[in-house]
Amino acid sequence: MLAVRDLAVRFGGVTALERVSFEVRPGSITSVIGPNGAGKTTAFNAITGYLKPSGGRVTYDSVALTGLRPSAIARRGIVRTFQKTSVFPALSVEDNVLTGLHLRGTAGFFAVLAGRRRLAAEERKLASDAAAVIDFVGLGHRRRAIASALPYGEQRLVELAVALAAKPRLLLLDEPGAGMTGSEKAVVSGLIRRVREQGLTVLLVEHDMRIVMGISDTVIVLNGGRVIAEGAPAAIQAHPEVIRAYLGGPAGAA
Amino acid sequence: MTRGGGVILAAAALALPFWLQSPYHLHVAIMAGIFGVLAMSLNLLLGYTGQLSLGHAAFFGIGAYTSALLTLKLDWSFWPALGVAVALAALAGFFIGRLALKLRGAYFVLVTISFAGVISLVSVNWIELTNGPLGLPGVPAPALGPWSLRSKTAYYYLVLTAVGLSYLVCRRLVRSRIGRALVALRENEPLAESVGVDVTHYLVLAAVVSAAMAGLGGSLYAHYTRFVSPEVFLFTYTVTMVIMVVAGGKGTLAGPLVGAVLFTVLPEALRAAASWQWQMLVYGVLLVLLVFFLPHGIVPWLAGAMPRLAGTVSASPAPPPPDAPPARG
Repeated sequence: MLAVRDLAVRFGGVTALERVSFEVRPGSITSVIGPNGAGKTTAFNAITGYLKPSGGRVTYDSVALTGLRPSAIARRGIVRTFQKTSVFPALSVEDNVLTGLHLRGTAGFFAVLAGRRRLAAEERKLASDAAAVIDFVGLGHRRRAIASALPYGEQRLVELAVALAAKPRLLLLDEPGAGMTGSEKAVVSGLIRRVREQGLTVLLVEHDMRIVMGISDTVIVLNGGRVIAEGAPAAIQAHPEVIRAYLGGPAGAA
Repeated sequence: MTRGGGVILAAAALALPFWLQSPYHLHVAIMAGIFGVLAMSLNLLLGYTGQLSLGHAAFFGIGAYTSALLTLKLDWSFWPALGVAVALAALAGFFIGRLALKLRGAYFVLVTISFAGVISLVSVNWIELTNGPLGLPGVPAPALGPWSLRSKTAYYYLVLTAVGLSYLVCRRLVRSRIGRALVALRENEPLAESVGVDVTHYLVLAAVVSAAMAGLGGSLYAHYTRFVSPEVFLFTYTVTMVIMVVAGGKGTLAGPLVGAVLFTVLPEALRAAASWQWQMLVYGVLLVLLVFFLPHGIVPWLAGAMPRLAGTVSASPAPPPPDAPPARG
């Protein structure tokens, strides 16, 4: 279980996050929503080690993550995607995913130099793992395509495949539906559900309410760097503070 | 490069001394081989991790001086001196790698330039050890058991072995998960970290292997020219290496070798053909044209052109080139 306690991030005088606390139950799909500038991506960056929080702590299965480097956090089974499309641009889809499989490989420097026979077996295993992940996101026909040459929607799927290849237990998705067409969003929603069925926990930041309300078990609403509401999608949609935060209103909720 | 092509090239390289009768031509071949090792070394950093080391001559020079000093002052034989030269260069690479972790891009370039500058100053001023600007003459030629490798033909095969070993090291690294991690750092460092690629580990590893190979080149150079002076740290050496890597095709396995051969042979050919003012002019113009028309380098261009040419003959869909630009090769 991921537990965020009193997480605070300040950039100089600007407070991006102010004592944010929430938990993500194992096997759930949890969405973080909020207006632009609410601190959603900042929270992601602080959880995954890309940003050093000014205060508070993040634990996963009671082990502290705060202060660890992103790669060390990935090794503990927490893998993220990025808001801006983020692939290895010059590499083929297959090589993108093979790179994502980094932690599943074991070959060290000297074993590689010695050209051990078991390395070839490991490479074959990795290649078949990569093929499985590529098929899972539905890019089987694009295996050899260079990532940067793919249409935007497919690049986002590559990104998802790279993250899944790293075998996360907790997958953090930063706006997986951003900039996608309606049908592409449906595909992504379906993929997120199937990812959860495979036993992964998913935490996502998303603006598209159809995605959020359609797949989430729990929705957390951030505004002005604080959690203003948390609950099931139906309860959140009716929550007065949330409506005020999104639509504006007389009371100074923000 | 295809397997068949590689075998043919290797056979041609092995047979070279039999049809290069002139010692001068053999000398050019030896220098091309030494620069081949250096260019492959630089390519590991520049082509695969994407970090430009403009102080690469420092590792080359450390290798050259270490080997020369150990054989001259301590009467070591060539082989252990070579080993220590490689190890010391690797150690320097380790420190540069650690230092460079916080710095990328232009700052990394500056650190490497400064490092080469400092080492060069030491070689000029630590006269008791290095004999200062006068350099160290009389570096002994290596021997293999009872056989001296003093002859150009023998030395050619020694250098060729080093080229082969360096190529093998690069190839095994590049085609492993380690190579994928290096390329991942070049392509998208935050994403690489997010899937568990340890930046510290892999950048330092690349710097160490790269520096070790440059040290190997330095030691081979010292025992070939039999003379080492602070000139080994000249910026020209680094620039030549960069030109070779970029022109040949950075981030490909064969590129640095192609670049090394071309840019060792070209100045010599020009020297035979024109007066010195024209040499530099032609060299410069050729370089500009090459970079302008083949921005990814010769090898990626060939890899892209060959399936196209083959396609016009056989009309069958060509397989994607294994050394396709600018992916890992």
